[in-house]
Amino acid sequence: MTDIAKDQLFEYLLRLGDSSLILGQRLSEWCGHGPELEEDIALINIALDLIGQARSLLTYAGEVEGRGRDEDGLAFLRDGTDYRNLLLVEQPNQDFAYTIARQFLFDAFHLEQQRALMGSRDETLAAIAGKSVKEVTYHLRHSSEWLVRLGDGTPLSHGKMQTALDDLWMYSGEMFEMDALEAALAEAGVAPDRAALRPAWEARVAAVIEEATLQRPDDGWMQSGGLRGRHSEHLGHILAEMQHLQRAHPGAQW
Amino acid sequence: MYTQGLDVKPGDKAIPLESGTSEAEQGFQGRIDRDDRIEPKDWMPEGYRKTLIRQISQHAHSEVVGMLPEGNWITRAPSLRRKAVLLAKVQDEAGHGLYLYSAAETLGVSRAELVEQLLSGKAKYSSIFNYPTTTWADIGAIGWLVDGAAIMNQIPLCRCSYGPYARAMIRICKEESFHQRQGYEIMLALSRGSDAQKAMAQDALDRWWWPSLMMFGPSDKDSPHSAQSMRWGIKRISNDDLRQKFVDVTVPQAEYLGLKMPDPDLAWNEARGHYDFGAIDWEELKQVISGNGPCNKSRMKARRDAHAEGAWVREAALAHAEKRRARALKKAG
Repeated sequence: MTDIAKDQLFEYLLRLGDSSLILGQRLSEWCGHGPELEEDIALINIALDLIGQARSLLTYAGEVEGRGRDEDGLAFLRDGTDYRNLLLVEQPNQDFAYTIARQFLFDAFHLEQQRALMGSRDETLAAIAGKSVKEVTYHLRHSSEWLVRLGDGTPLSHGKMQTALDDLWMYSGEMFEMDALEAALAEAGVAPDRAALRPAWEARVAAVIEEATLQRPDDGWMQSGGLRGRHSEHLGHILAEMQHLQRAHPGAQW
Repeated sequence: MYTQGLDVKPGDKAIPLESGTSEAEQGFQGRIDRDDRIEPKDWMPEGYRKTLIRQISQHAHSEVVGMLPEGNWITRAPSLRRKAVLLAKVQDEAGHGLYLYSAAETLGVSRAELVEQLLSGKAKYSSIFNYPTTTWADIGAIGWLVDGAAIMNQIPLCRCSYGPYARAMIRICKEESFHQRQGYEIMLALSRGSDAQKAMAQDALDRWWWPSLMMFGPSDKDSPHSAQSMRWGIKRISNDDLRQKFVDVTVPQAEYLGLKMPDPDLAWNEARGHYDFGAIDWEELKQVISGNGPCNKSRMKARRDAHAEGAWVREAALAHAEKRRARALKKAG
């Protein structure tokens, strides 16, 4: 095991925390507009879990950084180029099929990632992962069940579900991309090798897609960049909305 | 909350005032008078059943429509903690909607029928949710005033004569009390904050105060069916008494915040032991109830759109459940 620098750990914590935050923010947009009251509750509940994870991770990131930034300083006062979330989670809700496809692809990865992080040499990260795993297990159950219902439902729902899966597939590759930063963290036993998470993800995704009577999209060109701060046009709008009050009233306490 | 008796008008024949002369009716009234709980399978007068269905479903619809003005600020909440608390609160409200629809279903009506009544405009929901949430302070004001008024209204309902409703209200009241505290805490932070934040808090109080007083429904003299609801043990305290209690509790809370009540006639009346307050603009309440509030159209459009856009999802879920049942039968047979 090698030592890792503070800025490496900080950067990694942003990658984890930002994906939870942005997906939680996206799911919150559904509030009051879900297809059924039970689904409003479920989507709000998942958003709440993700925001909770983001708070733990960003608080810890601020402590590691040691420059006095807390969870809100990091969430509300960073620009898009400093955000490190996956491109997948910033994609718009569109309709319920897209929301479920995005959630399912992410949940299946998120569960493997958090399970692996429970064994991190960084005790704080391992403890946060221990709590998240319980939540993400339910998220994956929820999104898998809906993928199957919609895939194996009516011809209309089958078509919508397949289209959503096809359209979002190009954002799935980024979840498994390794770079020098994460290679160093993996070497140090702090973070898992993303590539090593892939077989379990593939197996889970294949099984649920089959049960849903859907086709696994082919692996074509994969989009990449979110983990390095290269985002889609969507993130700017998400942040404009989310950060508005903090930006309009600098230094105010809420 | 939200039991304003909005769609009960003088001369309304849908809820007959019952004299109760038959043996069954007298037995029923005897149970009410002994403070027994009426349960779903017990005999009950038709008017009692209809009154409860109206009141409980109106309450459920209000919870569901009420998610919209607050949902309007979840994505813009000014801190992650405020965002998480607001998400939890709105989730509770959706949950209240669910328990209440279930309580109404014990009276022999389906949730689908009740939702249809809301979407067609036949059923009402609380007038308060037809006002806009234009600033973050409105989220504070809703928690403090609207949920505060709701609790005032709902605590007596925990002793309502109909068992399933009374039991649902016990749980709901516990959660509403947390909602009220979070609202007051938002107002407190704003009123101790910058000048802009203080102005935001005052503006929210100015806009939400009178609509909150209207939540208790028409004045007792204009509330023709209250007497029957009281005799049936559905209603325990009159609209005007609850409203007075709310004013008495809220005025000192506003003083603690350093905010000014938007009512020049508000004054402590030593002789009555209560605050006197100005005249409520009943014409405004009437207009908001009849569809002319600032947000009636957009709230109903949001509900109708969600229902219409979710139709294919609900149909798929039913179709999938049917396929599963058929497969299980085939396997068993």
